[in-house]
Amino acid sequence: MKKTLFALAASTAVMLSGQAFADSHSKTKACFIYIGPTGDFGWTYQHDQGRKAIKAKFGDKVETAYLENVPESAEAQRPIEAFARSGCSIIFTTSFNYMDPTNKAAGKYPDVKFEHATGFKREHKNVSTYSSKFYQGRYVQGQIAAKMSKTGVAGYIASFPIPEVVRGINAFTLGAQSVNPDFKLKVVWVSTWFDPPKEADAAKALIDQGVDIITQHTDSTAAMQVAAERGIKAFGQASDMIKFGPKTQLTSIIDDWAPYYVSRVKAVMDGTWEQSDVWHGMAEGNVVMAPYTNMPDDVAAMATKTAAAIKAGSFEPFTGPITKQDGSEWLKAGAKAEIGTLLGMNFYVKGVDDKLPN
Amino acid sequence: MRIELQKRQAASGVFSYLSPFLALALTLIAGAIMFSLLGKNPATALYTYFIEPLTDPWSRDQIIVKATPLALIAIGLAVCFRSGNWNIGAEGQYLIGGMIGATLPVLFHEWQSPLLLPLMMAMGMAGGALYAFIPAILKSRFGTNEILTSLMLVYIAQQIVDWVVRGPWRDPKGMGFPGTKSFNSSGILPDLFKHSDAHYGAVFAILTAVIIWFMLSKTLKGFEISVLGQSPRAGRFAGFSAKQMTVFAFLTSGALAGLAGIAEVSGSVEKLDDKLSLGYGFTAIIVAFLGRLNPLGILAAAFILALSYIGGEAAQISMGISDRATRVFQGLLLFFVLACDTLIHYRIRITSSLKGKT
Amino acid sequence: MDVWVSIIISICAASTPLLLAATGELVVERSGVLNLGVEGMMVMGAVAGFSVAQLTGNPYLGALAAIVVGALFSLIFAFLTLTLVANQVASGLALTILGLGLSGMIGESFVGRPGIKMQPIDIPILSDLPVVGKLVFGQDLLFYSSIFIVVAVAYFLFKTRAGLMLRSVGDSHSSAHALGINVIKIRYLAVMFGGACAGLAGAHLSLVYVPQWVEGMTAGRGWIALALVVFASWRPWRLLIGAYLFGAVTIAQFHAQAIGVPIPAQFLTSLPYLATIVVLVLIARNRRLTMINTPAALGQPFVPDR
Repeated sequence: MKKTLFALAASTAVMLSGQAFADSHSKTKACFIYIGPTGDFGWTYQHDQGRKAIKAKFGDKVETAYLENVPESAEAQRPIEAFARSGCSIIFTTSFNYMDPTNKAAGKYPDVKFEHATGFKREHKNVSTYSSKFYQGRYVQGQIAAKMSKTGVAGYIASFPIPEVVRGINAFTLGAQSVNPDFKLKVVWVSTWFDPPKEADAAKALIDQGVDIITQHTDSTAAMQVAAERGIKAFGQASDMIKFGPKTQLTSIIDDWAPYYVSRVKAVMDGTWEQSDVWHGMAEGNVVMAPYTNMPDDVAAMATKTAAAIKAGSFEPFTGPITKQDGSEWLKAGAKAEIGTLLGMNFYVKGVDDKLPN
Repeated sequence: MRIELQKRQAASGVFSYLSPFLALALTLIAGAIMFSLLGKNPATALYTYFIEPLTDPWSRDQIIVKATPLALIAIGLAVCFRSGNWNIGAEGQYLIGGMIGATLPVLFHEWQSPLLLPLMMAMGMAGGALYAFIPAILKSRFGTNEILTSLMLVYIAQQIVDWVVRGPWRDPKGMGFPGTKSFNSSGILPDLFKHSDAHYGAVFAILTAVIIWFMLSKTLKGFEISVLGQSPRAGRFAGFSAKQMTVFAFLTSGALAGLAGIAEVSGSVEKLDDKLSLGYGFTAIIVAFLGRLNPLGILAAAFILALSYIGGEAAQISMGISDRATRVFQGLLLFFVLACDTLIHYRIRITSSLKGKT
Repeated sequence: MDVWVSIIISICAASTPLLLAATGELVVERSGVLNLGVEGMMVMGAVAGFSVAQLTGNPYLGALAAIVVGALFSLIFAFLTLTLVANQVASGLALTILGLGLSGMIGESFVGRPGIKMQPIDIPILSDLPVVGKLVFGQDLLFYSSIFIVVAVAYFLFKTRAGLMLRSVGDSHSSAHALGINVIKIRYLAVMFGGACAGLAGAHLSLVYVPQWVEGMTAGRGWIALALVVFASWRPWRLLIGAYLFGAVTIAQFHAQAIGVPIPAQFLTSLPYLATIVVLVLIARNRRLTMINTPAALGQPFVPDR
């Protein structure tokens, strides 16, 4: 009697757990922590496009959820944990400063997968990091700028002096110098990712100071709008901003997260998800240039050629000879930059007309 | 038809107690209407906001975490407001307190000692008090409006902390990102219970509430505060100095805000970064009024507001209600609290205008 | 020369919302009421202006909507403080918090949309004059409105009987009441005027400055407007100077960076707020000046006794 009962109980347990197992696979939940609003038409908008791509690809098999405007601080830990507790199978935290909260949460919820954008800490096996080589697009932009500029000076609206931003400035400068070795860059720091009136003021000041190309590493379309009003050519950021500068946008770097997101969710569904650290660029389809507009055909052709070379892997923007701003040599002719240096980049290359704050 | 106010002969005891509850009830009703307008089920929404977080131990824990700084700051504000000093700059005092309190662990990163924490807390209080001294002295010596000075100082405090974590105190291994090194374990405020995120700041809040309640209701100082707040003239006749009270009130309030700051820095974030400013100094104003400027009432009020934050997040996740709704809730709450408070001092009569122009 | 014209125009743009909001608040405070809800009214005006402009395609209708919304929103404050005699400081704060939250909710669906910009006016010959052309004859309607409103308020306050009545209410509401002046009604009107101006200031931000809607886009300008009123010791002409000084400081910080002036960016960003404090202290030190100009009844509750 006891044995039968035991067998019955055991088989029921197996059945039920099997059922649970099957259930957890029938509906995967992908959750997103956003730093800004999905309507920012910049950084967060693009991540949300990635989320929509997941829904489009997997339909009913996947559920998605997102939280906007999550503060980039220890405050983020609670919403991340709330997500983990509400049944998310994989959580994407889409900004650098979610790094510590993401790792802490990962320690507490080992069955949930965490994907942290632009970070470098992976303190638990269930944390992956991923980023994009935006600087590749900046190089192409630099080349275009040098060709299109009459004054030989471009204006750069920068957010915070973190390695990612410094990389972008350097890549842009190098690209411009490949066309015009005397090209100059003026940088203004606005200390924010997203503040349209401030970005507009910065753009106005730069234009009044004599630049005739505007580019930005901030998330709103304000600079593009100001430039359009003044008839100044500009580059968009994170998404295609052509709507805001139909006659003045040259191109834009589009962050395309869809391929990566789809593949990671699929891995969770297939049970093949493993920790990884990924830095993809043009080659993998993460960095896409918006159509080249408002420029002569030969410039567009040059840009297309450079982008294709980067995509094919035959050209890498940070290849020597490169001199630092202080005059010392960084890379010898033909040498390629080390990933570590790039990830922690805190110096300018020669030609940047600015002093790095700090 | 006109609304007329008739001053009561004595403040109504009944309404003193009833008023916050009445305000809460009205807010809930208004909130329900708001949710219906948004197309969400009001009952579910209210449940998610206010009841659900109470049912889950993790959420309850998070409520305590969130309520702690609110309560600490609000208690200090109660002392200020009761004495007729309008400290709107608690956010700035919170930040500076957090920064000064973090000096030792940042500058002497390796120093481990049981003395570290008490020193940090003391320095945090001192920092907050010092920063609050500025608007206090400006008011008592020069008669400058303390609302504006304390408020402007908030923006300045944000810039100071921002500069410090990007410049002199930045973690050299932090890859250029703003923020100090994480504190070593003797500089971290311990957790209240195992697996809890709530730290000893909560204990400070409760102790402070009791102490200040005692001071306000049972000591001569408390009497002085009351008299000066209600009638500065009467206070002068009694020999109390309004100027000295301004300094006392601001120093107390600043110290408590500073304590809240360092408690958060040490207990929650475990380092100093540029994301410390979350608006607690302003939300605490609502808490102070909701708690009827009574330290014990403030503990309850802080709990309720924290509840609305946590519930708001849950509502975002499960119902897709945006986080702005939480802010509207808080604004409505303050509005109703103020409106209901009228009933304590005045009787409302609706009269027909028989008489002519006033 | 052109560059300087351009810089001055950008200063005008930065100063106009401050001037508009501060002028409205000046009238409110002259009537004896302290409305700290300027930031909330401004941001409601911004969202109202933007959304109506989006829906109708006409930025002028948007500006009109902003005026109406600002005035209506201020009624909440007026009801609380004038009819229910609630604490003015707390009520103003409630208005700000409510305004920030409500505008965020209303504006949610409008984030990221390219705005409709109020175009600068174009008078056939005058606008094309060198230097003076764009500066004096080629700006947007709201800029001209701000100058007009300041002049009108100065005239109203000091040259009309109604203005005198308003000032007397602010100086001593009990005396004014004894003279048969309807204190409450005048204050209601003043508060609504303040709301309308603040709303218009907000509309400038979302229709002219950067034609976009962003949550909280007022970014503290309402508070600076409040400080400006004190800075000007409640006198309209000083307000004009103050607003432009602040606009200039705001623009200067970016130029300083672009030129390469080696001052930390955070210091430059703090300048407007530091300047406010310095000015507040200087004003207050001159006691006579303060005493002559401060509406004596500012912030005190008034309940008509029968």
